[in-house]
Amino acid sequence: MLEIRDLRVKLEEEDKQILKGVNLTVEAGKVHAIMGPNGSGKSTLSYVLSGKEGYEVTGGSATLDGDDLLELEPEERAALGLFLAFQYPVEIPGVGNMTFLRTAVNAQRKARGEEEMSSTEFLKVIRAKAKELKIDAEMLKRPVNVGFSGGEKKRNEILQMAMLEPRMCVLDETDSGLDVDAMKLVADGVNALRNEGRGFLVITHYQRLLDHIKPDVVHIMADGRIVKSGGPELALEVENNGYADILAEVA
Amino acid sequence: MTAILKSKQAAAATRLDAMSAPKSANWATPARAAALARVERMGLPSRRDEYWKFTRPDTLTQADAPHAAVFVHDEAPVFDSFDRLKIVFVDGVFDAAASDDLALESVEISRLADAADISWAGDIYGKLEERGQDPVERPLAALNTAFASDGVLIRVTKTPSKPVSLIYRHESDSSDATLHHVVKVEAGASLTLLENGPAAARFNKCLEARVADGAELHHVRAQGRDHERRAVTHMFVELGRESVFKSFTLTVNGRLTRNECIIEFTGDNATAHVAGAALGDGDFVHDDTVFITHDAVNCESRQVFKKVLRNGATGVFQGKILVKPDAQKTDGYQKSQSLLLDGDSQFLAKPELEIYADDVACSHGSTTGAIDEDALFYLRARGVPQDVATDLMTLAFLAEAVEEVEDAALADEITGRLEGWLVRHRD
Repeated sequence: MLEIRDLRVKLEEEDKQILKGVNLTVEAGKVHAIMGPNGSGKSTLSYVLSGKEGYEVTGGSATLDGDDLLELEPEERAALGLFLAFQYPVEIPGVGNMTFLRTAVNAQRKARGEEEMSSTEFLKVIRAKAKELKIDAEMLKRPVNVGFSGGEKKRNEILQMAMLEPRMCVLDETDSGLDVDAMKLVADGVNALRNEGRGFLVITHYQRLLDHIKPDVVHIMADGRIVKSGGPELALEVENNGYADILAEVA
Repeated sequence: MTAILKSKQAAAATRLDAMSAPKSANWATPARAAALARVERMGLPSRRDEYWKFTRPDTLTQADAPHAAVFVHDEAPVFDSFDRLKIVFVDGVFDAAASDDLALESVEISRLADAADISWAGDIYGKLEERGQDPVERPLAALNTAFASDGVLIRVTKTPSKPVSLIYRHESDSSDATLHHVVKVEAGASLTLLENGPAAARFNKCLEARVADGAELHHVRAQGRDHERRAVTHMFVELGRESVFKSFTLTVNGRLTRNECIIEFTGDNATAHVAGAALGDGDFVHDDTVFITHDAVNCESRQVFKKVLRNGATGVFQGKILVKPDAQKTDGYQKSQSLLLDGDSQFLAKPELEIYADDVACSHGSTTGAIDEDALFYLRARGVPQDVATDLMTLAFLAEAVEEVEDAALADEITGRLEGWLVRHRD
C-alpha cells in the first residue's frame, strides 16, 4: 500500500539533510510502528508524506497504491486516502469543528467523484462517532481545537480519521501529552478503525502506546534511516534497554 | 494664513463655483449657509492634511465625479428577503415608484427635498456635523450639509415593526450624488436602519443621528461591490443617557471608500459599538475613520474593524477615543486587524487614545498579518483545497466583526453574502 523507496529529504531553508534514504513498505491491513530517538527524522517523514512545505525531496520516492504522493498537493494526497494525525493539532479560531469536518469530507468525496454527504446524514454519522470517542456536542460546535485540552485535541484527530475513513493512516506521536486513560480512549478509537484494507504507520517515542495499538512490524529510525526492523518484541527491547544498545549494534 | 490653508481654500472656491445650491426648505436654509461658510473657511481636504495622509482625497474633492462604470451582476440585492420599509435613491435621486409609501407606525418620515417645515430636524440638520468639526475638520461633511440634494428625515417615537431600509442604486457612469439623512430616535424608542447599494459614481453621504435617553439605533449597511465607485460617508451620532447605538458596515471593493463615524456620549451609561468588515480584492482603498468622544460617566464604546486585502488593496484605519476629564468609568475598546492575502496589499493604521479622566478602562489593538500557514496546511491535509481553505479562514477572520451585528438574521445575511462573494472569486 504505502511504498517508500530510498527517500532523501533536506530542509528547504538550510543545508540540512534530515532523511537519508528511508525504505519502508506498509501493507494493507497492517500496523507498522516507527520508534526512534529525538531528531531521528520521524516527524519529518510524516510531514513529507502529507505534503507540508519547507522540505525538499532530494531523492527517492513515496507512493500510495502506485500513485506518486510527492507530486501531489496535500489535499490531493488526502483525497487519495492518506491521513496524518498531527502531533500538534492546529487551532483555527472562527472555523467551527463541524463546518471544518463537513467541508473536508465533502471536498474529498468531490475530488474522488463521489456524491457529497447531506447535512442530515453527516450529522447522524458524526454524532455516533463522536459518542464513541466521548466527544460531546459542545466540542463539535466549538472552533477547531480552540480551547481543547491535549486529550481533546488528540481525540478530535481520531474523530477526523473516523469520519474521513482514509486507507493509510499516519499517526505522529499521537500519545504525546496524553494521560493513561486518554491514551486508552485514543487507542480504542484507532483499533476500531483497523481492518483488512487499511494501513497504519504509528510514530512514537514510547512503547506504551504499542501496548494498546499492537503493531505487526516495528522499525527503529535513527539519523534519517530505518536501522532495524522486527516484530513487536523490538518495541519491548527499546523499552527495557533504550535506543543506545540497538544503535550500537547496528553501527 | 499658511500656504496650505490658502490652497485648500482656493480648491474649495473653485469647487463651490462649479456647484449650484439645491432648492432648500426654509428651515434648513440657515444651516446650509453656515455649512457653506465652514467649507469656505476650512477649504477642502488635501493630501497634506494629517487626517488624509493615508487616503488621497483628490478624487473626492475634484469638480467632477470620476467616471465609474456600473457593475453588472445577477445577485439579488442585500437584505432583499427582509420585510422592511424601502426608500430607494437612484444615483442620488429619490425613486418614488420603487419606494414604499413613506409611512410606518411610530415613525415620521419625510424628505429633505420637500419644502415643508420640519421643525424637529432643524435642531439637528448641520448641528451635529458642526459639532463634529472640532477637534478635527471634516470639510466634505460641511460640503454635504450645504449642498445635499435630498435625504430622509426620520423621527421615531416608539419601536416600529420593521426596519427602515435605504437602497442606493447606481445606474449612471458619471453620477455625483449628495444625500443627507437625519434620524431622531425619541426617548425609549428603537429603530433599525439598513443601507445598501453602490449609490453613484461618486457618493457623498451624511447621516446625523440623535439617540435620546434610553433609545436605540441599530444600523447595518452594505456598500456594494461596484469596482469603480467612490464614496465618502459621515455618521454623526449623539447619544443620550442609557442609549444604545450599534453600527456595522460591510464594504466590498469600490475604488475608494472613506467612512467616518463621529460619536459623542452626552448622557451617562450609554453604549456605542461600531464595526466593519471589508474585503478588498484589487486596486481598492477602504478607509475607516472613527472618532469617539466620551463626555459622560460610565459609557461603553467598542470598535471592531476587520479587513481582508489582496491584489493591491489598501486598508486604512484611523480610530480615536477621546475621554474628557469628567467621563469617569469609561470603558473604551478598539480593535483593528487586517489579513493580507498577498504581498501587494497594505494596511495602514493609526489607533489613538487621549484620556483626561483617571478612572477608565481603555484598550486598543491593531494587527496585520498573513494567513496562518500551519492552519492552512492542517485544512489541506484533511482534503480541503487551498482556495476553499483560504476562504474558510478569511470568513473566520471577518466573523468577529460580523458578530457585532446583534440581529441574528441580519448577521446571517452578511455572512451569506461574504460566502457567496468568496466562492465567486474562485470561479
